[in-house]
Amino acid sequence: MTALAPSVPVHDDADPRAPRRRAPRRAAWLPTVVLLIGAIYCLLPVAWVLAASTKGGSSLFTSFTFAPGGDLPANLGDLSAYSGGIYWKWMLNTLLYAGVGGLLSALVSGLSGYTLAKYRFAGRSVIFNVLLAGVLVPGVTLAIPQYLLLAEVGLTDTYWAVLLPNILSPYGIYLARIYAAAAVPDTVLEAARTDGASEGRIFGRVALPMMLPGLVTVFLFQFVAIWNNFLLPFVMLSDDDKFPVTVGLFTLLNQGQTVPALYSVVIVGVLISILPLIALFLTLQRYWRLDLVSGSVKG
Amino acid sequence: MKAKLLAVVLAAALCAACTSDPGDDGQGAPPGGKVELSFWSWAPNIDKTVDAWNAGHPDIHVTLSKQAGGGDIVTKLLTAAKAGNPPDLAQVEYQSLPTLVSNDVLADIAREAAPVKDKFADGVWQQVTLGTDAVYAIPQDSGPMMLYYRTDEFARLGLSVPKTWDEFARTARAVRQKAPKKYLTTFSANDPGWFTGLAQQAGAAWWGIDGETWKVSVNDAATRKVADYWGGLVAEGAVDKQPMYTPAWNKALNDGTLIAWPSAIWAPGVLAGNAPATKGKWAMAPMPQWTAGENRTGSWGGSSTGVTAASKNKAAAVKFAAWMNADPAATDLLISQSAIYPAARAAQSSPLLAQPPAFFAGQKDFYPSAKAIAETASGFVWGPNVNVAYDTYKDAFGKAITGRTPFAGAVDTMQAATVADMQKNGFKVAS
Repeated sequence: MTALAPSVPVHDDADPRAPRRRAPRRAAWLPTVVLLIGAIYCLLPVAWVLAASTKGGSSLFTSFTFAPGGDLPANLGDLSAYSGGIYWKWMLNTLLYAGVGGLLSALVSGLSGYTLAKYRFAGRSVIFNVLLAGVLVPGVTLAIPQYLLLAEVGLTDTYWAVLLPNILSPYGIYLARIYAAAAVPDTVLEAARTDGASEGRIFGRVALPMMLPGLVTVFLFQFVAIWNNFLLPFVMLSDDDKFPVTVGLFTLLNQGQTVPALYSVVIVGVLISILPLIALFLTLQRYWRLDLVSGSVKG
Repeated sequence: MKAKLLAVVLAAALCAACTSDPGDDGQGAPPGGKVELSFWSWAPNIDKTVDAWNAGHPDIHVTLSKQAGGGDIVTKLLTAAKAGNPPDLAQVEYQSLPTLVSNDVLADIAREAAPVKDKFADGVWQQVTLGTDAVYAIPQDSGPMMLYYRTDEFARLGLSVPKTWDEFARTARAVRQKAPKKYLTTFSANDPGWFTGLAQQAGAAWWGIDGETWKVSVNDAATRKVADYWGGLVAEGAVDKQPMYTPAWNKALNDGTLIAWPSAIWAPGVLAGNAPATKGKWAMAPMPQWTAGENRTGSWGGSSTGVTAASKNKAAAVKFAAWMNADPAATDLLISQSAIYPAARAAQSSPLLAQPPAFFAGQKDFYPSAKAIAETASGFVWGPNVNVAYDTYKDAFGKAITGRTPFAGAVDTMQAATVADMQKNGFKVAS
């Protein structure tokens, strides 16, 4: 890549009539190279997972890193057979936590963001500032207090233990507020009020559709965050039937000194666990971009 | 169109909710009059043993929950006990028992466990009584230490199996000389249990209790001797200093960069899983000794089944724990399915152990010699904060390796941190 850079000025000297037209083209190399390096940096680990998932236990540590092996079916078989196919149960659990958690979180965020953006009420700025502070508090620090609180009401080791703490997302509310302020014009709301619509109806029928692209973003963020979350379910759950895939794979990897870690099984498990995320991004990304455009037309 | 797509995605997510929720609730419902027990364990395939119990005991149903191993389960038990919902039974490594006992997590089951006491060797039983009249767990497996080495590499390099630690050091230097890319073994700053086993062999006694007063001597003469010995080998480059249980370590075992491993009875399973390329190339020998002609070893690993103080069905729980660890039907399943070397004496003579492990097919007398070595394991009293001593080990030895400082200093750091933590938590510590 470095060999390419000097060749461009040489061309420039040979053709002095069009330096202006060449200048932006030469500049365009740098972003391309930087982005390419960035893409390689991000995709290399994925390529590693892809290659490693096709290797059996012995070739995993001995063969060339990116050389594929022929053990993918065997690894998949081991994964499905492990403890009676519990891996697929973990995948379903993760889908449940991330899907329902993300959906509820998007709804709650939409409602709160809309309220904060469009209504004037006592304590509004205090609530918003507290939420902003909440954005700064990492979720990791809250896991243990949340565990002790949920234990008080006997909800630990249930699906609710992982769902409830994920529903309220300060960042989601913050995003929804910004989006509501920008995408829902006050004039539309006033027109709806003049027509005699109730506040609930205005939110449901007028504001919510306008905010939908923003809420999809919130849903996506929250979905990915829950999908990848480890500490909260690790602390909350003890029944391996309720584990999400992150915690489940961790137990496979960390079985103490006396038991070998199941590397090849875990790697193929990781590979499968990222496929739904990729699929979700590819489908929702299209939807999301289209609606940002239509949103701007409406606004 | 767009709304439809969203609806499909959300419906899919919701559907996952409806299919997985009720199925789970149905499992938890106990039929009338049956005792329900929950059991946390990390042993592989232990569900087979639990299934066997459930099939034969319709009145006591055990629900297994697989957990992450070793230290993680202790942290989870402490949190769960604090929140008031620990399981009825849990697999606990011997060194973690005092931590759990001093936090009132485990129950004293001396009365219920009395019938199985004589099924275990005294040294093993002592580990679950903590030297008192109480009994806090039923022993499950033990981990006497032995030396594993690559027979093919030893033959190729013209090495003989070291019988003393002096010979071990000479062998380590010879390996470096004859094959500069290879090491005899590695010193791991990541595995405090391993180092503790080595110290036990040298006669270390880190904790002792006299009435209400603890005596702590993590930096006693025996431990310093072991630390100085390994520190010297690391400093002169005679042994490697990479941690164990990492992908890099697996690679080194697989490709023959590391050709020996002072480990414990369960090593064949680990080697089979982490270094499958070396099948049939290993052999086991007794640990090198500090004095020629001596016959001692330490223990690394080994766990027990404890009953929690919060359990409402302690008698039933002990019944299950005793069956699992002493009944031949159960211990045979533990041996064949979970690769556990049982602590119960009778189980060690199981016909399943007549053959060597598949990975060591060439060494016909593997288990008979292992049993002889197990008899020579030193006893050890664990203190109430092994976790602190262990965490400090990782820290202090890691620093000593990167900073090239003497290992004895790291042992002193362990002692200071252990004593300070015990005093902070209200234990009386003799100075």
